[in-house]
Amino acid sequence: MKQIKTLNKANLKESAVKGGCGECQASCQSACKTSCTVANQKCENAQRV
Amino acid sequence: MIHKYYLNGYYIVLDTNSGAVHVFDELPYLMLDSFTDSVPEEQPEEIKRNLLGRFSESEIDEAYEELLELYRSGLLYSKDEYEQFCDMLRDAPVKSMCLNVAHDCNLRCEYCFAAKGDFGRGRMLMPFEVGKRAIDFLIEQSVGRHNLELDFFGGEPLMNFEVVKKVVDYARGIEKQHNKNFRFTITTNGLLLTDDKIEYINREMSNVVLSLDGRKEINDLLRVRTDGRGSYDRIVPNYQKLVSTRGDKDYYVRGTFTTHNLDFSKDVLHMAELGFDQLSIEPVVSDEKLDYSLKEKDLPSVFEEYDRLANLLIQRRKEGRGFNFFHFMLDLDQGPCAIKRLRGCGCGNEYIAVTPEGDIFPCHQFVGDDEWKMGNIMQGTFDRSMKQKFAQYNIYSKKDCRNCWAKFYCSGGCNANSWQYEGDILKPHTISCELEKKRLECAIMMKAALADTE
Repeated sequence: MKQIKTLNKANLKESAVKGGCGECQASCQSACKTSCTVANQKCENAQRV
Repeated sequence: MIHKYYLNGYYIVLDTNSGAVHVFDELPYLMLDSFTDSVPEEQPEEIKRNLLGRFSESEIDEAYEELLELYRSGLLYSKDEYEQFCDMLRDAPVKSMCLNVAHDCNLRCEYCFAAKGDFGRGRMLMPFEVGKRAIDFLIEQSVGRHNLELDFFGGEPLMNFEVVKKVVDYARGIEKQHNKNFRFTITTNGLLLTDDKIEYINREMSNVVLSLDGRKEINDLLRVRTDGRGSYDRIVPNYQKLVSTRGDKDYYVRGTFTTHNLDFSKDVLHMAELGFDQLSIEPVVSDEKLDYSLKEKDLPSVFEEYDRLANLLIQRRKEGRGFNFFHFMLDLDQGPCAIKRLRGCGCGNEYIAVTPEGDIFPCHQFVGDDEWKMGNIMQGTFDRSMKQKFAQYNIYSKKDCRNCWAKFYCSGGCNANSWQYEGDILKPHTISCELEKKRLECAIMMKAALADTE
C-alpha cells in the first residue's frame, strides 16, 4: 500500500482463541498500584505463538 | 469501531476490535469522514465532490482501494466479537496477592492513599504467622496456575523486613513440591535500604518498585519524613546503588505527579539523568477537593505534558539514550491476549490484598473499607460471592467502556478508583479515562514515529 502503513500484525482476534491461560501478571503489580493499563503487560502463554 | 487522531505529524487510525494500528496519509484519513462502520464496495460520490481539487482523481481512487482492502481484510471497522468470551476466567483461581506486611510508614506523604501508612486502621506490622498462612492460602487457591505473584507492600515493607525474608524463605521452601513459581515484588520508599537489604532484594525479588517523585524540590514537597524533612537526599543514593547492582532484573523508579508538578516531564528527565532507565510517573489519585488533586481543568496542560514527554522519549531513543516510561510501554503484537483485556487487573477475583491482621480485600486500594472485606485468612473465611461479583466486572458490563475505543488497552480501568471517586465500580473514573486515552494516543504515536526511523 502507498497511502496507508499498518504497524502491527493485528492479532487480537486470534489471541482470543488461544488466550486465557491466566499465567500473566495482575496489571497492577508491575509499577502502577494506582491506575490500570493492561496493554503494557507481557503475555506469559508459551502456547500462544 | 475506529479511533482516528492526528498527533505530531501522524494521521493515526486504530481499528479497535482487530487491534490494527495504521498510519495514514492525509487523503485516506480525510476519506474516513464519509464512513460510519464500513467501507462500501462502491465509492460514494461525495468523496470526489469533497476532495477533488486538493487531490487528483487517481490519488483518490488509489486511496479508496486501499481503504477497501483494509476493510475486506478485517483491519478496519472490524466487528466486536469478544463479548462471548466474558465468562472465560470468571472462575479463575486467586494467583496474585498484595501482602501488606506493614501498616506503618516512616514517611508521611500528603497524597498517600493508605492514609499515610496505616490505612486508617492503626499502625501495625504483620506477624510471620500471617505471612506464612498467606503463602499457604495462595498455594491452596491457585489450582491450575504455575506463576504466583506476591507483592510486599505497605505502608513501608522494609519496616518489617525480617518477616519479608521469612515469608520468602517459607515460600521458596515449598514452591517446588506444589509445582509453583513465586515471583516477588517489593515496593519501597527507600529510607531503610542498606547494602544487605539491597543485596537481598536484588537476589530474591523479580521486581522492585522504588518510590521517587523526581526533582528534589518536588519529591521533598510531599514525600516527607515524620519530622517534616524531605527524603530525596537519603533515598537517591540508595536507589542508585540498588539499580547499579541489579543486573537485568525488573525495577521501576516510580513517582506520582500532582498539580504541584504539572511539568512532570522534567521529573521523568531528572530520574533519567540520575541513571535510572525504567521509569513511571503516575497521576495522583485523590479527592478532587484537595489542592494538589488533578481536576478536569488541569487536563489540557497534563495532555501537553504527555506530548512533551513522548517527544522527549522519541528524541532520546533516536540518540541511543532512551528509557522506558511505564505508561507509554505498548507491545502492539505480543501484548496480553483479548481474554485478559476483558477485565484488566483481576482484583477481587485473581488478585487480592491481605492486611497484617489477615483480612482479605479485593486489592490494596480497597483496604480499610470494611464494606469490601472478603474474609480473613487466619479465620479461614473467604467470601466467594464477592469474588464472583468482581469476576463479572468487565468492559461489557461497564456501559461507558463498551463503546470506548480504548477498552482493550485499559480493560475497564481501576475498579477501586471507580468506587472511590464515582461511587460505582461499573462507572469508570472520568479523569482517569481521559488520561489513559491520552497516554495511549502518545504511546501509539511513538510507535509510528520510531517505525519511521527504522
